[in-house]
Amino acid sequence: MRYIANLVNADKLAGRTRKYKVIFSPQKFYACEMVLEEEGIYGDVSCDEWAFSLLPLDVDLLSMELPEFFRDYFLEGDQRWINTVAQALHLLSTLYGPFPNSYGIGRCAKMSYELWRKLEEEEDGETKGRRPEIGHTFLLDRDTDFVTALCSQVVYEGLVDDTFRIKCGSVDFGPEVTSSDKSLKVLLNAEDKVFSEIRNEHFSNVFGFLSQKARNLQAQYDRRRGMDIKQMKNFVSQELKGLKQEHRLLSLHIGACESIMKKKTKQDFQELIKTEHALLEGFSIRESTSYIEEHIDRQVSPIESLRLMCLLSITENGLIPKDYRSLKTQYLQSYGPEHLLTFSNLRRAGLLTEQAPGDTLTAVESKVSKLVTDKAAGKITDAFSSLAKRSNFRAISKKLNLIPRVDGEYDLKVPRDMAYVFSGAYVPLSCRIIEQVLERRSWQGLDEVVRLLNCSEFAFTDMTKEDKASSESLRLILVVFLGGCTFSEISALRFLGREKGYRFIFLTTAVTNSARLMEAMSEVKA
Amino acid sequence: MNRTKGDEEEYWNSSKFKAFTFDDEDDELSQLKESKRAVNSLRDFVDDDDDDDDLERVSWSGEPVGSISWSIKETAGNSGSTHEGREQLKSRNSFSSYAQLPKPTSTYSLSSFFRGRTRPGSFQSLSDALSDTPAKSYAPELGRPKGEYRDYSNDWSPSDTVRRLRKGKVCSLERFRSLQDKLQLLEEAVSMHDGNVITAVLIFLKRTLCKEILFRELEVRQVALRHLIHFLKEIGDQKLLLDLFRYLDRTEELALSHYREHLNIQDPEKRKEFLKTCIGLPFSAEDSAHIQDHYTLLERQIIIEGTFSSPINLKKTFKIPDKQYVLTALAARAKLRAWHDVDALFTTKNWLGYTKKRAPIGFHRVVEILHKNSAPVQILQEYVNLVEDVDTKLNLATKFKCHDVVIDTYRDLKDRQQLLAYRSKVDKGSAEEEKIDALLSSPQIRWKN
Repeated sequence: MRYIANLVNADKLAGRTRKYKVIFSPQKFYACEMVLEEEGIYGDVSCDEWAFSLLPLDVDLLSMELPEFFRDYFLEGDQRWINTVAQALHLLSTLYGPFPNSYGIGRCAKMSYELWRKLEEEEDGETKGRRPEIGHTFLLDRDTDFVTALCSQVVYEGLVDDTFRIKCGSVDFGPEVTSSDKSLKVLLNAEDKVFSEIRNEHFSNVFGFLSQKARNLQAQYDRRRGMDIKQMKNFVSQELKGLKQEHRLLSLHIGACESIMKKKTKQDFQELIKTEHALLEGFSIRESTSYIEEHIDRQVSPIESLRLMCLLSITENGLIPKDYRSLKTQYLQSYGPEHLLTFSNLRRAGLLTEQAPGDTLTAVESKVSKLVTDKAAGKITDAFSSLAKRSNFRAISKKLNLIPRVDGEYDLKVPRDMAYVFSGAYVPLSCRIIEQVLERRSWQGLDEVVRLLNCSEFAFTDMTKEDKASSESLRLILVVFLGGCTFSEISALRFLGREKGYRFIFLTTAVTNSARLMEAMSEVKA
Repeated sequence: MNRTKGDEEEYWNSSKFKAFTFDDEDDELSQLKESKRAVNSLRDFVDDDDDDDDLERVSWSGEPVGSISWSIKETAGNSGSTHEGREQLKSRNSFSSYAQLPKPTSTYSLSSFFRGRTRPGSFQSLSDALSDTPAKSYAPELGRPKGEYRDYSNDWSPSDTVRRLRKGKVCSLERFRSLQDKLQLLEEAVSMHDGNVITAVLIFLKRTLCKEILFRELEVRQVALRHLIHFLKEIGDQKLLLDLFRYLDRTEELALSHYREHLNIQDPEKRKEFLKTCIGLPFSAEDSAHIQDHYTLLERQIIIEGTFSSPINLKKTFKIPDKQYVLTALAARAKLRAWHDVDALFTTKNWLGYTKKRAPIGFHRVVEILHKNSAPVQILQEYVNLVEDVDTKLNLATKFKCHDVVIDTYRDLKDRQQLLAYRSKVDKGSAEEEKIDALLSSPQIRWKN
């Protein structure tokens, strides 16, 4: 706003009269108006709002394109986007009928749900009497499960996102991928036939799949050798275009795979994954810690180092004070002293904390700290406690069987559970929660988990609407991620859908990954 | 009884603050006429005074009837037909007490002197017809301030207001003036969960409450407090933000917030000075150490840049000629294998902004020095390419096995014989051999020989 104001005021000083229009998307905030007024340009600019709230990135993925949601809410506690979420839900319910069943976990989820219900009440009549097409809605706060968001992704789509950064459903492939001297912007969704077959696959399968496909393609081409004129004509008019298209896509994806593999070998990916798995499972913590230390010392990448530290912190319920101090100092020396502020942010958000004395893993399971409520009287002395929650990852992991017990090799080609998205080492917590609640149609039996998660949860069934819902629609589930969702989670839930006969639709405030999460918390622009 | 009723009517009617009607205001002519009449009637009063001298009328309250104070009391409390129930209740009580007053006909009271005519056609005029007293008063009345007479309806309750705000509608919050009202509004906003609304209310509170009261109230309202902090950060009101942290005794956040400012300072000297001010701040023990280190680091960097040990400075001080400087720097950088620095030594920007490579010593020398310092072939190749004299270039390229340069040069010279001769010098099956072959068989090149 100040930037705009400077422009306008500069014009005024120079004696230029112009008309100005500011378009706010998705909405204008009162704070913006205040600044316009303060800067004396309120009367000079006309303001419009473009209420663009939902971008369909794919047949089952809707994004609100609000990456700032994560930092605004989970770091600063600003609830400004809750109305936007409620409006989006309202829009969906006017399009697809009321939602008979709603579940959620997390403070933001609860608030969004409540505001959405208020909206529905106010504008009653818009959805009255309509048949519900979406049977269940599940709202989830990102901070219910940070672990999944911080892990390295190994399904193809996730890997592409981690390596190349997918923006608004498309990716920029550079010359090393396109094997030419140009970059290409490629749209990645279900329309890309090649992509849709490999996107949810574990990376180890992808290359083999693509090679097979390339061979098939070659065979198709070769068919033309034995054709007569009529067949040839047919071939050229019907099939050639499709084959050419497939060829183009194939070569792109093969190029992408090669590029990914090159980068991963350089990064020593195997060692990295091994460390991550150790942290998830709770083994070899000392080795993992020294691996992280070396990572920092070698100045490999500020974002990666931070990510690993956060993963250690969350799985271990905070770093032991000695490690916290030592790693922090080394980080500041490797990557710059300004990151002092980054560390402060991470601590506030609960991503990278220090164990309080007496805070060993066993002790914590018996005392669960509650979030500070609004009506708390008296001073809040611990400034950092209001937003952050203590993580109880190991306990939750045990309760929900997040670490699958494997006898023999875990078959990645024919996965048997959602853990395949992390090479069989870990079932994403968020996905497991959704699975369990949907099975029970409530939170029954999950009290212990909820307590350990330190969240508020809710479940609401509107029987009048449920009766109207067809069995078809009862299998359609809308999952709402507040704060971002990763491709790994999407792949895992798609798998669950295939297993259980559900269909998932994903609504997220933005697509995210570990790098984006870390960048949002970083105070220093790289 | 009749009179009492008439008194009541008169009482009501004598209020200056009428309920909203669509009538026009009195026109001034009739007011003037009325004043004249009042003055005339006053003459009567004055004339009659002698007769009534020894008869002093006193009201219940002890004021002599017709006195100023009585007149004031009479008109007080009946103005301000406010919408607040309690006000009316209060007035109504006073009415009942006043109704008992023996009211003389107004022509004999001072207050009547100031009464004007009621508006024609209004409810009051009907009752006027019944009573024989004109009702409107121009006396200076003790009552609610004029500004509080509201002529528009803006009566939304806090929850309605908040609902309007959520929809983005224009909503003046001005009427929430009492602290209680303000806090109720804030509570409603918080229970609505919309951060935009909460911030809007906070903007209003920030403007209309002194900071001590604001801070005191927000201290126990965590959600609102968070929104205020974020808002202050976003609009850059650093001063108030720091005041707030100080009030809340959040010393560490105070220190960090102050420290954060250094990111905005570009000039290294100024930044260093700023960091100095950060050192004494209430960071945690380890953080204090980090800040100290940061300061020291910056200090050192500035020193190195600005003084004796920096190469630029040495050059300036001792007026080392470019050539010597470049040679020394080149050798030093090459020894350290700092190829980027080597590159930077020779790169200059001309006035158009394009970079160009220049060397005061001739690139052939550069190449030799680089070779002496075991620079890799790719680096050598780059600089061999910059040698202007073709023969020298060829010599050096051949000597140092910069195949690509040789090939390209022969191609540019269109010298097929030489290229063919060179082919035997490259490794069998190498990329260079392929390149030569490709060139030799290319139909586009018109060879000289």
